[in-house]
Amino acid sequence: MIEILRPGAQSSVQDLGRTGFRRFGVGRSGAADSLALEAGNRLLGNEPGAAAIEFTLGRATLRFHADMRVALTGAECGGNLDGTPVWSWYAFNVRKDQLLTLPVARGGTRTYLCASGGIDVPLVMNSRSTDLQSGFGGFEGRALREGDRLPVGRTGIDGKCEPLGILAPAWSLPFGQSDDIRAIRVLPGPEYDDFEPASQAAFWQSAWTLSPQSNRMGLRLQGRALARRPERSADLLSHGVVPGVLQVPPSGQPIVLMSDAQTTGGYPKIGVVIGADLWRLAQTPPGDSVRFVQVTLDEAAAAQATLDHYLRQIDQALHWQGDGMMIAARRRTRTCSVV
Amino acid sequence: MYQCTVHRLAEQALLFSVAPPARLEVQRRIWAMAERAADWRGMVDVVPGMNNLMVVFDATADVPAIERDLKHAWASGEARNATGKVIEIPVRYGGEYGPDLADVARHTKLSVQEAVRRHAAAEYVVYFLGFQPGFAYLGGMDPALATPRRCEPRVAVPSGAIAIGGEQTGIYPAVLPGGWQLIGHTDTQLFVADRDPPSLFAPGDTVRFVVAEFVA
Repeated sequence: MIEILRPGAQSSVQDLGRTGFRRFGVGRSGAADSLALEAGNRLLGNEPGAAAIEFTLGRATLRFHADMRVALTGAECGGNLDGTPVWSWYAFNVRKDQLLTLPVARGGTRTYLCASGGIDVPLVMNSRSTDLQSGFGGFEGRALREGDRLPVGRTGIDGKCEPLGILAPAWSLPFGQSDDIRAIRVLPGPEYDDFEPASQAAFWQSAWTLSPQSNRMGLRLQGRALARRPERSADLLSHGVVPGVLQVPPSGQPIVLMSDAQTTGGYPKIGVVIGADLWRLAQTPPGDSVRFVQVTLDEAAAAQATLDHYLRQIDQALHWQGDGMMIAARRRTRTCSVV
Repeated sequence: MYQCTVHRLAEQALLFSVAPPARLEVQRRIWAMAERAADWRGMVDVVPGMNNLMVVFDATADVPAIERDLKHAWASGEARNATGKVIEIPVRYGGEYGPDLADVARHTKLSVQEAVRRHAAAEYVVYFLGFQPGFAYLGGMDPALATPRRCEPRVAVPSGAIAIGGEQTGIYPAVLPGGWQLIGHTDTQLFVADRDPPSLFAPGDTVRFVVAEFVA
């Protein structure tokens, strides 16, 4: 059991999300940063999509009610385990009654705590993700509260398991870090050609600031208002949408749909954030700016392949650790930085 | 002739659309396409919308083949009739159950009795589900009942509320913010997460509202 002593701004149980029920209006839900979720699970040798706890902006405290192995990934929180520092992108053992404190998320917004065997809540429509809008899945269909006790799949510690860390994807999968603004790759969307040429140019060239009104449903961006050409401004009929889609409502300020987005929408779609960059956007703090970089489908596929390679390297690291091949690295740093 | 397009909505999603206006005959073909597409390799979600169909697929899918198959499925002209399933929804109209019924009557220049009679007399078709789990986009409302959305949306519309928004009517499946005019309430549960299927409605179903109570 993991007990929530302080849940922080918003914490919930999430896995890779729910599929196959969109035709009934059931959205995906799932980890906002699915890369962090998968990385944490792989560090533990879990199924990549095992359920974990997603924390928002830190300020959370947990107590472990059994010995177990856990992994922290996502935004660094300057955390400590009974006063001993622990870091993100790191798997380690915890003992019964130890307290994990996550003070404040820095340089990101969402932190994941994965546990060996996953957070063991019931499957609802093939997923353990919490649908926070509709109130089902996860832990009692809701955000976590003080006093909640979450079962984990596997307790106990294998004596041979040393701590294991990996390089954060921000370092391993850099993109567009030549300036201070986070660069996000985007494919032009179905209505891209309907926008005024000046709006198309502004979309790629200007900085977009993340509004504090952003949440797991959508990230609201603030910048130059985007407009469609008057002759191509007809209303669209309601249609299916997926996370990553960049909608432009009449205000002209784009919204990027995220994990908790509804299944259908009707606003024009200027673009879609590529799957390999959704984590970058999900980790962008409100008030920070991003810029969009146009890519092709081939470039999107290459970015996805790079991300998949990063994840597979974690499995390899775990394998080496099992073989005792990383002792030298461990002696030097206590952590095996392998990726 | 219908004007059709297939757009790449995302790396793993295509959107097939037929140009407006929305029509039941188009929707019948969309339902038939959805049924076919569900069997294609790599399909994760097949989602009918209004005059359109979104397909979401995984890495095993052959995207050019799906695009071609979507066009072929449309061109085949195959249409699916309504499912034949008729769902009766007992409704308490007016009073505390339908706080906006008087406003609807005022706007439509009908008496509240006549507004309720017309709402319950029609036969509705579930075009598709979306917006929220179990929320059905219904076609078939008497155009005389059309009433604009409220100026001030409610922060929390009760689950089971029967409402009119513009030319549409619908049932709120859960407590949600909403701007539609509330005319009644049903105790029928539209969406139960651990029921199979979780949603009471499916595309192509027929819905009738039955007056269980009327508070003038």
